[in-house]
Amino acid sequence: MKLAYWMYAGPAHIGTLRIASSFKNVHGIMHAPLGDDYFNVMRSMLERERNFTPVTASIVDRHVLARGSQEKVVDNIIRKDTEEHPDLIVLTPTCTSSILQEDLQNFVQRASLSTTADVLLADVNHYRVNELQAADRTLEQIVQFYIDKARRQGTLVTSKTPTPSVNIIGITTLGFHNQHDCRELKQLMADLGIQVNLVIPAAASVHDLARLPQAWFNLVPYREIGGLTAQYLETEFGQPSVRITPMGVVETARCIRAIQGVLNAQGATVDYEAFIEQQTREVSQAAWFSRSIDCQNLTGKKAVVFGDNTHAAAMTKILSREMGIHVVWAGTYCKYDADWFRAEVAGFCDEVLITDDHTVVGDAIARVEPAAIFGTQMERHVGKRLNIPCGVIAAPIHIQDFPVGYRPFLGYEGTNQLVDLIYNSFTLGMEDHLLEIFGGHDTKEVIHKGLSADSDLTWTADGLAELNKIPGFVRGKVKRNTEKFAREQGISEITVEVLYAAKEAVGA
Amino acid sequence: MTATAPNALNFECETGNYHTFCPISCVAWLYQKIEDSFFLVIGTKTCGYFLQNAMGVMIFAEPRYAMAELEEGDISAQLNDYEELKRLCLQIKRDRNPSVIVWIGTCTTEIIKMDLEGLAPKLEAQIGIPIVVARANGLDYAFTQGEDTVLAAIAARCPTPTAVSDPEERNPIQRLLNFGKKKEDVQAESQQYHDHPPLVLFGSLPDPVVTQLTLELKKQGIKVSGWLPAKRYTELPVIDEGYYVAGVNPFLSRTATTLIRRRKCQLITAPFPIGPDGTRAWIEQICAAFGIQPQGLAEREAETWEKLSDYLELVRGKSVFFMGDNLLEISLARFLIRCGMRVHEIGIPYMDKRYQAAELALLTKTCTEMGHPLPTIVEKPDNYNQLQRIKALQPDLVITGMAHANPLEARGISTKWSVEFTFAQIHGFGNARDILELVTRPLRRNQALVGLGWQKLVAN
Repeated sequence: MKLAYWMYAGPAHIGTLRIASSFKNVHGIMHAPLGDDYFNVMRSMLERERNFTPVTASIVDRHVLARGSQEKVVDNIIRKDTEEHPDLIVLTPTCTSSILQEDLQNFVQRASLSTTADVLLADVNHYRVNELQAADRTLEQIVQFYIDKARRQGTLVTSKTPTPSVNIIGITTLGFHNQHDCRELKQLMADLGIQVNLVIPAAASVHDLARLPQAWFNLVPYREIGGLTAQYLETEFGQPSVRITPMGVVETARCIRAIQGVLNAQGATVDYEAFIEQQTREVSQAAWFSRSIDCQNLTGKKAVVFGDNTHAAAMTKILSREMGIHVVWAGTYCKYDADWFRAEVAGFCDEVLITDDHTVVGDAIARVEPAAIFGTQMERHVGKRLNIPCGVIAAPIHIQDFPVGYRPFLGYEGTNQLVDLIYNSFTLGMEDHLLEIFGGHDTKEVIHKGLSADSDLTWTADGLAELNKIPGFVRGKVKRNTEKFAREQGISEITVEVLYAAKEAVGA
Repeated sequence: MTATAPNALNFECETGNYHTFCPISCVAWLYQKIEDSFFLVIGTKTCGYFLQNAMGVMIFAEPRYAMAELEEGDISAQLNDYEELKRLCLQIKRDRNPSVIVWIGTCTTEIIKMDLEGLAPKLEAQIGIPIVVARANGLDYAFTQGEDTVLAAIAARCPTPTAVSDPEERNPIQRLLNFGKKKEDVQAESQQYHDHPPLVLFGSLPDPVVTQLTLELKKQGIKVSGWLPAKRYTELPVIDEGYYVAGVNPFLSRTATTLIRRRKCQLITAPFPIGPDGTRAWIEQICAAFGIQPQGLAEREAETWEKLSDYLELVRGKSVFFMGDNLLEISLARFLIRCGMRVHEIGIPYMDKRYQAAELALLTKTCTEMGHPLPTIVEKPDNYNQLQRIKALQPDLVITGMAHANPLEARGISTKWSVEFTFAQIHGFGNARDILELVTRPLRRNQALVGLGWQKLVAN
């Protein structure tokens, strides 16, 4: 047992459902007790999703426990097949129902005898992997299933497209700024003259998966999701992959150069140097910002970085290499992939922190007292308490990570967004600097909030006690309304009864 | 579905696939209500992520709830439950020193048959902090019923008069009302009350609402001896055989049963104090139990309706569909029918016809008086079927869980989150306005957006 107050990554079934519901026309069935289906709430609320989340919970209750779930699960799979006509139904248990040790694979086989849709049981261990690992695995599983199926049916196309093309792998629903990143990456590929063969899983149809081998290479922008799929495609078809996150000016250039290498190795003759030069010099403002007087004042400021592998590693490199900011420590909660992280950030920070315990992270922040934090919503919260500004760079997701406007983290527009994020996070530091120069803000204190003296009314002890229970931000308003009411009614002494009579009278 | 028997409510049980929050969500409001408590949810990552994410409960500097996250070793029984829980509870004692630790059992502890009730007394004796066990699991309960499991468990811990030296002094509400008064004044004031057996109210409400309802009863000369739960575990109300108890929430049937069977209390079955009609009926039933003639209640109700008139104009004739989520549905539907709305369907996760008998009777009476057909009550509804019915009926408002709100709005159907009624202050005369404030918000939003157009934002 572990005492836990906060989790950086969700349970496995969330990862599986993120993949399933990212695809077009795929239905997820959760074999779970009532209330475990909050994935639907997250997707509907956080992503402001207009469509009903294609996930149904086949509810496990006492009766089901007594009788066994088989009938119910099979019925629900067949029912969703007729109601929604999905191409694929993915069945997943949750942590809870997985310990029932039922033969779900058998349920799936039985159901698929009567369905038009394909039916798959998500193959993850709910106690050994987290959301990110489960997502990575489920995507691989679905891809493998449809490649095998196409191979059996003889519909697999392995010949390459005539011109250079790419599969972008790992864009999912409920991913941190994924939709914006996807648009930016598509634009980048268009600028490079590379045709986007498929983006998976976001908005892809499972029927298209048989076309995956046609692309010249796979681009996996995020470390957490897509790696297993790319590996599988590489083993199966010798399809090369580029796994460099194009985040920040330097890494974006490195990613583009890697793409160039992969394309030219297959007979193309592309040279992207002029493009990189033009983007870095003229389109992105990031390199210029780094050389501007603003950024000079950030030199040597202390920062700490914490997040998932992708964003924490990229951010550490950007702060250190592109801004001259001193990263005291950089950390990740992807404990299962810690070696990769250590290698990535080596030389860009003093210390490395690998933990999924938010109190350890909080203590490390308090110990260092950095000028700015780049972390998750939890570090933002810690920062608020310590009065240290925090830029949010990674999941766990929050409604604020789904801005309506265009805010990619990747590509050249991403570099601009990152400059803004970094600069705004340090504003406090900049203000400090200006305050030192100009001698501080207006320091006159406000003595009276109101402009007139106290009223003629008296509050009885119980009235006052009740008033003090009202939250501070409305207490003044309640007090004013109550006194107004008392005056109108000719009451001179305000008791708790008067307080509530006033509330009803004015609806305050 | 719409076929209704003329004289009786039409109950259906779809036993469908429906969505509500997990009952462990009660932790979100109960840890705030009981200020000296610590809630330990014994479950998996799935439970933890729910509390953190869907409920949006943020961990503050001094958290008073936590997860005892079950790991593979716990599930496969390689680890000793008692030793593990002891380790965690000692840590909680050291860090927070609460007056009570509430263990919240989950689906997982049910399935692995962890004997929490057996472990608690031993551990309690060893660490010296009371441990209350509530099984707020999704196998047996829905959403707000989590509160029921906790209150039922705590009810067993309320002291008897012999265990307390001065029961009067323990009553925090009475102390508050008497705050700063001389002892003689207090005695004089006690003459304002009728002589009646002690009355304890149960149900977790925000403190201001507790005060309001206590004062409403004081106006009738009825003294509330205590509330379950109290603000502090150490101030739990005294309960003894023959005491009268009344609930304020419709989802507390287990607590009621515990009070009747284990504490030998008399339950006052009443509609719930939601809306002016319900509040009046609730007070009347309590008065009737004590043989007291209520004073000025009809006027009080009429006055409240008068104050709601601006909102009533907005809702009159509009239709509403309850998908079913928090078990407040019957009370809200009854109030909204009285407001002149039409109710298509009342979905509800669980229907205890005995505990809600008076509320159901008031619903029937309200329908008759308002000339409203008796609505269908659908227990354990199937959300997919409901969406088909909503599509056909095109109601003016759907009160629904959070998963369906945005998709319905995108299809031009106004919604209100049922969870808002769980967290808002809706009990008593004065707060009826807050219910209508919530109900009319989508309607007022629609009025404000007349100039926008674009009512449907998905292709058909």
